[in-house]
Parts: sequence; structure tokens; C-alpha cells
Amino acid sequence: MTEPRQLIDGVILIYGTHEMSISALLLLLAILAAFGFFIGRQKIHLQYKKQSNKARINTLPKYFGYVAGLAALIPALILLLVLEVAETPWINHQISQEISSAQLPSGDDLDLFLNDIKNASTESQIAALSDEKQIIHGHYQRIVKTTQWAKTAVVLALSVLLGLWSLKKINTATRARYLFEKTIEWLLLAAASIAIMTTVGIVFSVFFESMRFFGDIPVVDFMFGTEWSPQTAIRADQVGSSASFGAIPLFVGTMLISFIALLVSVPLGLMSAIYLSEYANRSVRAVAKPVLEILAGIPTVVYGFFAALTVAPFIRDFGESLGLSVASESALAAGLVMGIMIIPFVSSLADDVMSAVPQSLREGSLGLGATRSETIIKVLIPAALPGIVGGVLLAASRAIGETMIVVMAAGLAANLTVNPLEAVTTVTVQIVTLLTGDQEFDSAKTLAAFALGLMLFVTTLVLNMIALYVVRKYREQYE
Amino acid sequence: MSDAMKNTAIVKSGLKKRYLKEKIFKSAGIVSIAIAFMFLLVLLTDVITKAIPAFTQTQLTLTVTLDAEDLELNQESSIEDIMAADFRQPIREALRARFDGVTKRNDKKQLYSLVSIGAEYQLRDLVLADPALIGQSITVDFIADDDVDAVIKNAIDRSLPESDRRVKDLKLSWIESMEASGEISTAFNWLFFSAGDSREPELAGIKGAILGSFYTLLVTLALSFPVAVAAAIYLEEFAPKNRFIDFIEININNLAAVPSIVFGLLGLAVFINFFSMPRSAPLIGGIVLSLMTLPTIIIASRSAIKAVPPSLREAALGLGASKMQTVFHHVLPAALPGILTGTIIGMAQALGETAPLLMIGMVAFIVDIPQSIGDPSTVLPIQVFLWADAPERGFLEKTSAAILVLLVFLISMNAIAIKLRKKFEKKW
Repeated sequence: MTEPRQLIDGVILIYGTHEMSISALLLLLAILAAFGFFIGRQKIHLQYKKQSNKARINTLPKYFGYVAGLAALIPALILLLVLEVAETPWINHQISQEISSAQLPSGDDLDLFLNDIKNASTESQIAALSDEKQIIHGHYQRIVKTTQWAKTAVVLALSVLLGLWSLKKINTATRARYLFEKTIEWLLLAAASIAIMTTVGIVFSVFFESMRFFGDIPVVDFMFGTEWSPQTAIRADQVGSSASFGAIPLFVGTMLISFIALLVSVPLGLMSAIYLSEYANRSVRAVAKPVLEILAGIPTVVYGFFAALTVAPFIRDFGESLGLSVASESALAAGLVMGIMIIPFVSSLADDVMSAVPQSLREGSLGLGATRSETIIKVLIPAALPGIVGGVLLAASRAIGETMIVVMAAGLAANLTVNPLEAVTTVTVQIVTLLTGDQEFDSAKTLAAFALGLMLFVTTLVLNMIALYVVRKYREQYE
Repeated sequence: MSDAMKNTAIVKSGLKKRYLKEKIFKSAGIVSIAIAFMFLLVLLTDVITKAIPAFTQTQLTLTVTLDAEDLELNQESSIEDIMAADFRQPIREALRARFDGVTKRNDKKQLYSLVSIGAEYQLRDLVLADPALIGQSITVDFIADDDVDAVIKNAIDRSLPESDRRVKDLKLSWIESMEASGEISTAFNWLFFSAGDSREPELAGIKGAILGSFYTLLVTLALSFPVAVAAAIYLEEFAPKNRFIDFIEININNLAAVPSIVFGLLGLAVFINFFSMPRSAPLIGGIVLSLMTLPTIIIASRSAIKAVPPSLREAALGLGASKMQTVFHHVLPAALPGILTGTIIGMAQALGETAPLLMIGMVAFIVDIPQSIGDPSTVLPIQVFLWADAPERGFLEKTSAAILVLLVFLISMNAIAIKLRKKFEKKW
């Protein structure tokens, strides 16, 4: 009885220390790098001491230490990263082979089978597994353990080898500072390239899952279908057994709410920017600017709470007192609150473009006897128009991508309507509801969320590109 | 009349109308600012008034007898025995003793529901702290059920007819009798700041969410700050003019405007499904949020570096410093206050972000308080989202209180950023 118990204890120990083993490994690497640094510095320091012509020394000893330290650290870190990424697929591959030889119970899904085994980490969970699974669980733990040992050994060996090699190689003739600075420059470039990798990651993740989705559902059905009901019935003979993925109601709902938001935010944002930059005195500005900044800093979930619990009931009651029937999750409530949220965004963008208009235009117009409002309407706004249009496009892209307000205050059912008093749903709401429910990843239901995500990404990307292009083009005019 | 006089007359006749238009235009500006101001005021008062009740807790004072035999405990009982003992009975007996004559099964159930289900753990913790209490009669302030709490805070209107009221007449009479005899008291709700989430509004707290937010932000800061500063230094100081660098810049500008939920999709597809990293962990949340805040910090850092005058660089280079030494020894320290301000603003943005974290499963109901970046946890904005959805009335005030805590954190972060900017701002 004691033997399996010890085995299980050992297993738990390995399991619990996975995170720990990585941090221990990182610590070890740091220590090795520090060793490399001190020994390298010391070596050159001693060589300098022996040198007769001190005037020829042009590199500080510490740079030799840095070179040795980096040689011990960076390749090992890169290797560790690669191994970490490859680890899970490798273990999965290994254990799948074990299973096929140990016979998978017929009708059992391989992934589910593996998950059962991997998720059992406590003693009682392991005891609850079937006998076959317990055997495989043992194999699995053994594979995990060997993999981890191999990983640690390889990484440490690389670090030590390269550290020693560089320590042996460096001498007073090495261009240590140049080497070190080039390495740092490459690291800086790598940091700057993360932006590209993020974009690539986004494109790949939404694109591939969407392609899988479009393999099941034709693109045309998705883009032009007018019925959205992603819930599939459990039995095939039930009503609504086939889900339909026509995204038109979502697109219309998104447009409707964004349109209401823009209807609120563009005039209000523009007028407040104009007032603050052209009319207001210093003390008004000192109060109004922070107010707008606070509005911009409030988390969207707070706006969502306010929209759902205060604004929506208010609009419903108000509508009912006028004899209108208003849905309790009306598009109007979500749109209004979203509009308020975007005001500071529009206002700061408008402020930027208006202040870029040369002062001479204002003075010329005022000198001809125009009033301030005439100057603004007939001179400033036409001159700043491209920038303002760019700002509105950016605001539209903000509104389309906004999630929390609509998740909390807009509806879930897809109604194809443009009546702002009814409940509509949006693309972002559907992404959230499709992905926060059950989690089988291969169903058309979850993949549909990625297809919607692709639409969202492409739309906002195009809007941003146009907006940035328009704004840049306009700036060049006055520079 | 000369032509000039005629023109003046035409201008004069139109002046009144033009001035009126001017006035209307100006007031439109004032009105739009006033609307924004009003909205902020309404939002804040709404949240604060809803939140205030959450900071007090209603308690029922009961005298319970910890009978050694009934509890099957004695002074020397081990911790395990105490943990396993049934502390529900003494509380029920105390309630029955207080309101004798309750015999019907349903009425008894009503009676027992005056105290929170957390009351027995309260009693257990008292005994754990002092086993000498076993065998004694003690007077304890027990946490009241959320219905009692609502009645005491006047959130349930006592004058409503019984059929429309959540708390029925019988229960209300008990509450009023206890209230009249001073057995109901209110105290500051420490539990709200020291407990994790719960299904019971009176037991729910935000410590788990605050720590979850803390760990998530820690990961975000550790990843995004060095990378963003490195990227900004490269783009401002080292980057050659070529297509690749242009492409990087376009990417950064576009990422700044990508909807946050798309970053959540990235996290779900890449980190959770492809690398099979744990769901709901602050580690993944932090990685996703750092990808999201990178553009913000890069853009702020770049303008801070750009603001450092060229004379500083030229002086350093002239004295024989290398490019790298110039940047790291002279430019970076001069730009640091601006970079830190941008970083704090980016962190504040990350603290308020909800949507991408919903995608990577931080939306689960988690009672335990996270201990590390690998533990499943939730964050403050998601706690707000979860509670806002909960049907129990008691969660309404908790939601508002959580929002208030979130806003306090955000405002203090922004205040620090402004203070930092003011203190270290240099006019070159």
C-alpha cells in the first residue's frame, strides 16, 4: 500500500513545482550570467594590469564581463522559450502513442481521455480514474518528468558551454563594447518588433479559426443571412435543430447603436472642443478639461452598469409615460451612454486638429469683421474638416468595437430592426456570449465568434487606416 | 447718401441677427460641456448613493450556548474536531429560544434564515480562537441575512402589502421586535474588504478581485514596461529610415486602435488553446493586457524621449560617449518622468479593462483568494460585471461599492501620474 502512495506524493510534488522549476531555472541562468560577468571582467582586468602601454586601453573591463554574461544568458533563454513552446505538443504526442498501444476504449474521444488524465492532480482525483487511465496517468507523469529534466539539463548545458567558450575567447583585443552594444541594439529591435508579432498573432488566430468556420458555413450565408440563432438543439429532431449564422441582424444592430452613439458624441464633443479652445477662459478650462479626462478614464464596465441599471429603466419609464413601448434593453440606452463615453475622445481629437489650423486664418477672418461663430463655422471648420472627419471615423471604430456597455445594456436576441426603442444585439455581444458559455472549442458556435472577431478586426482596421491617412494628409498641408 | 454709408447701414441692419447667432453658438458650446458635466455628476452620485449601504453590515445579537455534549467537543478538542463540529444547532437553538412558540416547519425555516449561513463559521472561528468558550454561553453579533439587511437599510419598503413584499409579515415582526429591543446593530462591513466572492450578498467581498487585479497588473507591468521602453528607444534613437521600421510604426498605431475584445480572442486562441496555458490565471490576463497597453506606453515614451533636447545628446557624444552610453546614461534618465507617467496611465487603462479578460475565462465564480499569478482569479471590473448580473438585490449595493473601489484606485493612479508629471516636468 505504501508504494503507490509514495508514487502519488512524488507526482504531486512534480506537479506543484512546475512553475517553481521554471523560476528556479531562470534564477540559475541569472547566477551563471553573473558568474560570466565577474570572471570575464576579472580576466581582462588582470590582463590590463600586465599591459605596459596603458594608453592603448580603450574598453572598460566591465564590457568584457557583459559580453561573457550575455553569452551565457541569451542563447539559453531563447532555447528555453522554444522548448517551453514545444513541450506540450511533444508530451501530447508521446502520450498519444502510449494510448494507442494500450488501447483506447472504443467510442472515447482521445482529447477527452487525455484531459481526464492531465486534470487529475490530487490523490482523490487520481483514485477516481479508471484502472486503465491510472496506468496511463503514471506514464504521463513519467514523460512529464523526463521532459522537464531534459529541458533543464539542455538549457543549463548551453548556458555553461557558451559562457565558458566566450570567457576563453575574449582578450584585450576583442571589441567588447561594440559587441555588447550591437547585442543591445538587436534586443531593442526585437522589442520593437513585438508590435508586428502581436498583429500577426491576431490575424492568424482570428483568420484560421474563421477559415474553419467558413468550412462549415458558407461565407455568403454568414455575410448576407438574415437569421442569427447560434444555439443548436441537443437532439437532431427538435425544432431549430440546425443553427443559423446569418450575421446581418448583428451588423445592423452594431450600426444602429454606433450611429446613436455618434449622434450624441460628435456634436457634443465638437462643440465642447470648440468652446474650450475658442471661447473659454483659463479658469473654465481648468475645470472642464479634468471633467472630460475623468469621463475618458471611467472603465467601460461602469458605463455598462449605469446604462443597464439607471439609464435603460429611465428611458423605458419615460417612453411608457408618452405611450410608447420601449424595450428594457433598448438600443437607445446603450447608444446614449456609449455616446457620452466617446465625447472626450472626439473632443480631444477635434481640439488637436483645430489648434493645428494656423492663427493667421482666424485673424484674417476676424479682421474682416466676421463674428467668432462665423469665423469658426466658415473658416476654422472647413480648414479642419479632414481632421474632423478622421476623428469621427476613429470614434466610429471605437463605438463598433466597444464591448462592455453593450454586453450589459443591449439585448441578446438578434432582431433585424432599426427602431432604437427595441432591443438589438451587436457583434461584440455575440462574441462574448458565444465564448463565455460552454467551452467545446470545435463547434461552429465558438468558431462563429472568431468569424465575428475577424469582421470586427477588419472593419476597425480599415476605419483606422482611412482615419490615420486623412489626418496625416491634412497635417502636411499646414506644416 | 454715399455708397459707404449704404453699406454700413446694411451691415448694421444685419448685426442684431448675427449677434444672436453668435450667442446661440456660444451657448451651444456651454450646453454641451454642461451635459458632459451633468452626466458625470449623475453617474457619480448614482454610484455613490447606491454604494454607501454596502459599507455597513447588519448584525443580530444572540446569546448562544456552546454545549459541550451537543457539539461533541471539549476543551482539549483538536482543530480538526472543531472544524467538523456542527455549529448550526446552537445558533438555531438561540433563535428558537428568542422567539418561542415557533413550531411549524416552514416558520422555523423562516426563523433560521434570519442569520446568514456564514454565522456558523463565525461561531466556529470564535471557538477556534479560544477553545475555552466550549461549555459557556456567549453573546455574539451574527451577520444578518441579506433580507434582514435590506429591511434595516430600508431597501425593502415595510409599508407595502405583504404580497408585494419579499420579507413576509411574520419575519418582519421578528425583525421589528429585535430592532425594538436593540438586538439589531450595524457595523462597518470589514468583511467586504477581507472576503472573496460568495453566492450570499452579505458574505461577498472584493479581496479576491483586488488581489487578482494586483497580480494581473504586476504581470502587465513586468512585461510591458521594459518592452515598451526598449521599443521606444529603438524607434526614436536607433531606427534607420526603411520600410521595415515604417511597418513597425504602422502596426503600433493600428494596435492602439484595435478593439480590446480582439486581444481577448488572441489570448484565447494562442495562449489557452495553442499553448494550453491555464484558464482564468492572472498570468494570461497580464500577458494579454500587456500586449494591449504596449502601444499606449510606447507612444507616451516616444514623445518623452523626443522632448529631450538634442543638445544633451550632442554634449554626451562630444565628450566621447558612445551612442548607447548617450542614450542610457543621459537621454533615458531625462525622459524617465514622462515615460513613467505614460506607464501609469497605461496601467490605469489595463486596470479598468474587462472585455479581453472575459475571453480568457477570468469570468468564473471564484471564492478562493488568489495567492500567486498562476491561481484562478478574477479582477475588479469583472467582479463588477458578475455582481451586476446577480439577481439578489443585495448585490446591487456591492456592485456599486466595487465600482467605487475601482474608481478610487483609478483616480489615485491618475493623480500620481499628474503629480509625477508636475514634479519632474522640465522646460528645456
